[in-house]
Amino acid sequence: MGADPKTRSFTLPSQIADVPGTEGWQSMYPYYTRFQPQDDQRFWFYNAMHFPEPMPAFDALTAEVPYEGLGAFTTRIFAFPTTMGIEHRIVNGRIYITANPVTDPAEIQRRLAIFQERAGYYYENWDQLFREWKVRLENLIHELEAIKVPKLPEFDEAEVVMKAKGLGQNHYVRENFHRVIELFSKMWHHHFEMLMLGYGAYMVFFDFCKKAFPETPDQTVARMVAGIEVLMFRPDDELKRLAKLAIEFGVDDLFAADCHAKKVMDDLGARGEAGRRWLAELDKSREPWFNMSTGDGFYHHHLSWNDDLSVPFAALPRYVEQLRRGESLERPTERLKKERGRIIAEYRELLRSEDERQAFDQMLGLSHLVFPFVENHKFYCEHWFTSLFFKKVREFGALLVAQGVLAEAGDVFHLQYVEIESALADVSLAWAGGGKPLGAAHWRPIVEERKRILEKFKEWNPPPALGPIPSQINDPALQMLWGITSETLESWSATVEAGHEKEIVGFAASPGVVEGIARVLRNVNDIGQIREGEILVCPVTAPSWGPVFGKIKAAVSDIGGTMSHAAIVAREYGLPAVVGTGQATQRIKTGQRLRVDGNRGIVRILD
Amino acid sequence: MTNPKLISRFDEIGIHDRPSVGGKGASLGELARAGIRVPPGCVVTTAAFEQFLAGIDPVGSIRREIEKLPADDLAACTRIGAEVRARVVGATLPEVLQEQIAIHYDELHSRTASAGNGEPVAIRSSATSEDSADASFAGLQDTFLWVRGVDSVIEHVRKCWASLYAVESVMYRRRLKLPEQGLAMGVVIQRMIDSRCSGVMFTRSPNTGDRSVIVVEASWGLGSAIVSGEVTPDKYVVGKITGEIVSRTVSTKLRMHRPNAAGAGVVEEEVPANQQNAACLSDDELNELVDIGKRVERHYGCPQDIEWAIARNLPANENVFLLQSRPETVWAAKDASPVAAPKGKPFDHVFSLLSGGAAKK
Repeated sequence: MGADPKTRSFTLPSQIADVPGTEGWQSMYPYYTRFQPQDDQRFWFYNAMHFPEPMPAFDALTAEVPYEGLGAFTTRIFAFPTTMGIEHRIVNGRIYITANPVTDPAEIQRRLAIFQERAGYYYENWDQLFREWKVRLENLIHELEAIKVPKLPEFDEAEVVMKAKGLGQNHYVRENFHRVIELFSKMWHHHFEMLMLGYGAYMVFFDFCKKAFPETPDQTVARMVAGIEVLMFRPDDELKRLAKLAIEFGVDDLFAADCHAKKVMDDLGARGEAGRRWLAELDKSREPWFNMSTGDGFYHHHLSWNDDLSVPFAALPRYVEQLRRGESLERPTERLKKERGRIIAEYRELLRSEDERQAFDQMLGLSHLVFPFVENHKFYCEHWFTSLFFKKVREFGALLVAQGVLAEAGDVFHLQYVEIESALADVSLAWAGGGKPLGAAHWRPIVEERKRILEKFKEWNPPPALGPIPSQINDPALQMLWGITSETLESWSATVEAGHEKEIVGFAASPGVVEGIARVLRNVNDIGQIREGEILVCPVTAPSWGPVFGKIKAAVSDIGGTMSHAAIVAREYGLPAVVGTGQATQRIKTGQRLRVDGNRGIVRILD
Repeated sequence: MTNPKLISRFDEIGIHDRPSVGGKGASLGELARAGIRVPPGCVVTTAAFEQFLAGIDPVGSIRREIEKLPADDLAACTRIGAEVRARVVGATLPEVLQEQIAIHYDELHSRTASAGNGEPVAIRSSATSEDSADASFAGLQDTFLWVRGVDSVIEHVRKCWASLYAVESVMYRRRLKLPEQGLAMGVVIQRMIDSRCSGVMFTRSPNTGDRSVIVVEASWGLGSAIVSGEVTPDKYVVGKITGEIVSRTVSTKLRMHRPNAAGAGVVEEEVPANQQNAACLSDDELNELVDIGKRVERHYGCPQDIEWAIARNLPANENVFLLQSRPETVWAAKDASPVAAPKGKPFDHVFSLLSGGAAKK
């Protein structure tokens, strides 16, 4: 360690040079995401947990809108006493964030009075509010689904006249695109409506356990908190159901290893009644359960199972095979429940006084109260809604292709959303005026340039943190969402100073130490490549990866915390897991030998 | 009137026999009764010590003189202590006691013992003092390892008794103003385990007092190398409730204590190079130890501080032995302020944490 911690610093934002060949990248992102000279005075860290890849221009909205929602609830609505919101900046395509703490005791008191009244109302009525929340989210999703992307035919529909609507389709180009963005904003507000309070309840219980049982790993505490039956297991359960039905209907022969979704579905269509029945069951599973992002809902290219059926179809042959061998695919929920009950009871018994036991009951009870929301909101928000959101924006991309502005629909994600509005205005004007949009000449070179820059950005290894190292950090928002504490900073600065090239540090998500061969899968579509006994290294640990857990020896991810879905699944399967490393998929190559230490959260490259 | 027993086998005694056999002996008997594997042995009782002392000092002058010593007079304590020790070591044991020791020592012979030299045993002092600092006090007495032959056993019993009058022990008792009358010592005679590895186990963390973990330290050879601090042992932290190995630190272990193959006593030597960085325990052995630790803790109803050994020449499932278990005292003394108290509403805990303690209801 160096001298006085106050004088130590990570690289300053102003010291970061452009990646060669990306000059002018700043125009990809809004002006308010750029580092300012005064930002050198503040501490920033790379949000690798949510944004492990360089941001395409449009996808930067998945930082902007969540931080609007998060900050609204912590800073303005609930008035969290010691923290306001998150500020973010983009450099070389990467998102750096910092928190705004409240440190003045008088100010904390003033905010506390508001917080107690407002947060108290939500905690007091949690179950009821969560029931209403689900209805609100489902309504929002249906609203989004119902939004039509105008086709802009040569002549508008007759009913504009016959029903005296009085509005041309080109008006809806503007309005409907706006509404897609507005609904996205509403979703993220609802996302944070209850989330930070939920994490607050977790923090209390984790904090208690750290004091009462200082050497108990977080993952054990997480096992006491986690529910057994949560929505995030449901998509995987649907696959198991479909595998069972394939056997029951006698069409299981079609699910051979490396089968193609399209071919299997065609073949099923030709199988008469049995095939049709299976396809009908598939349709039942698809809505809503296949609205499962292959990522965590922050990048347009993380398609959903519905967008790309090859993901669920890659998992089906294995389940069919297991069932044929007579293996049970059921999660042993009764056993898991009993084991959780035993662990809770025995930890409780170790406490020294009845007072402590009562406090333990209160805190754990509160965690169990908030758990269903904290765990299930992800399906509604990051998966179901967000999958449909990107799909809708892609449809506007298709409109821009149809009007000759863009070369392909996905190119729309290389424009900022305000630029898309501008391109749509161009289209709307041209349709109305009877001329041609001018966008092709303007946008296509920009899109090509940005695609090139994004590739270049991948060559940059973003430092985990920037700016002066604070002597201590205990912002509850940073701790709740990113698990960042003073100890995290120490380990980062140690890594920076000692340059542990062979070591990658993350969160210890599931205990155990194993060695094995790495299989780096950037995309869940490649799930078929993984071989029995390999170590899965993936960007995110969303439930889409569920099917491989029976096959692998350990899991390593760029994103995720102790309470993340993958952590929960890994613990159930008894596999060591290190999550939230921020950089595993960049630094590890398929075929390398790894040691995964799920007790300490360290991955070591042994080659 | 029957004469008090001079020697008791482990299976004849329990924790309540502490006054007659001392803490270590009583604890070993208690463990054996609870079904925990300890090397077989017996205890020369305090009654035997009283009889012996009465023989060499019929008028009780030794105890009177020691009680008169000022606690801070190092020179006087040293001089008187040395005189008494010389008397104890030089005296002959009553005949009946000598016979009893010989009979019990014979019983300890294992089938594997080499002829001629006699079964190797450990001779360990077993103090009766009941003050809370017992753990530290006990450490002041002596243990003799790999003692062979009945004459040598008797000689070492006397040495244990003599250790009651070591200057540190005497000054310790004077500082605490403990009475000399009734001060006595049992002496454990126990079959010696030629341990492949050995160590200590705490059923609560010695670092943090965490009662949800068991900490095991292990090193090659006899446990005396760890206890004397000559080696940095391997360290394992295991979740008591989950059974998960929370951390595993394999150290470079340079020194080990081994029985002197040529005869009696212990030799200190280098650990062979290929073993220095190797883990001493397999997962199975670790699990077995942890399981034993949990049973002992449950038996006594409080966290324990345990010494254990794994025998070199015995098969798995028969090779793990406890050599000692005593209540943990350091953290027990610190257990005071509760970590948290219940609040009016469960979510009041959130207010207090998220306001940095500003909300205290």
